[in-house]
Amino acid sequence: MSDRVEQLLRSALVPVEPPEALSDRLERGLSDITEVAAAELADWELSAMRDPRNWGRPIAAVVVGGAAAGGLVLVRARQQQKKRHATGLQALEKSIRGVADDIEKRLRG
Amino acid sequence: MAATADKERLDRDFTELYKAHLRDVYSYAYYRVGNHHDAEDLTEQTFLQAYRHFERAQRESDGRPLRPWLIRIAHTLAANFYRDRSRRPMTQLEDASVLHEPHGTEQLVQEREEVKEVLEGVSKLPDDRREALIMRFALGMDNREIARALGRSEGATKVLIHRAIKQLEESLEEEEAEQPGE
Repeated sequence: MSDRVEQLLRSALVPVEPPEALSDRLERGLSDITEVAAAELADWELSAMRDPRNWGRPIAAVVVGGAAAGGLVLVRARQQQKKRHATGLQALEKSIRGVADDIEKRLRG
Repeated sequence: MAATADKERLDRDFTELYKAHLRDVYSYAYYRVGNHHDAEDLTEQTFLQAYRHFERAQRESDGRPLRPWLIRIAHTLAANFYRDRSRRPMTQLEDASVLHEPHGTEQLVQEREEVKEVLEGVSKLPDDRREALIMRFALGMDNREIARALGRSEGATKVLIHRAIKQLEESLEEEEAEQPGE
């Protein structure tokens, strides 16, 4: 029966496509990180930088902010790619519908 | 100048990681928490956490794939999720499972019923066994990857998966025995 169970598991545990809106949410989340990191840098008093013990914090902020900004690029690229794909499909669907309407008219005529 | 180049390379690598594994993380999250709303939250938090630690993870990965690391983040966050909310996952069959092959209505109904029973059986397994099955079947991870994601040895992971399938098999047999007329 193990083979059958494994087969059923393959049918049951199918990969799940993430919803489109999730990319927007990720983008917002990453923007927030960038803003927090930037604000942290701006608020940092220069005098505090004289103490080497404080050097870690702004460096970490730069790293986090930088990584988050990179993430924004990837999210946008993915959305644009999907939009282009969707537009292409819409155009195709429209043209198919047009041909179908045309054939229907001819058959009736 | 070198720092900018490093940063660009890091961004590019993270982009690749994101594109390659968004569906993996989301699938794991969905089967772990059982609904799309919480799965979105968990996926979002996983990637945000990954951003924060990506540079270090890449440095320490020694060229090995980062998918197990990503899934491990989701695994840890999911554990916190249940600790905070004191609840168990519940899988929604209608949204998750898609039967692609053309079937007759009767066969389709029977298959859906079987799939539903399997999902219920999976949801009743102990956490570690359930997670191993999700990683194996929903994400297609091999023993080595699952071992890294769960922080176990490959041998222990192999045994874990074997026991998970065995337990599921027994629970399905019990279920069948209780419904002799069907």
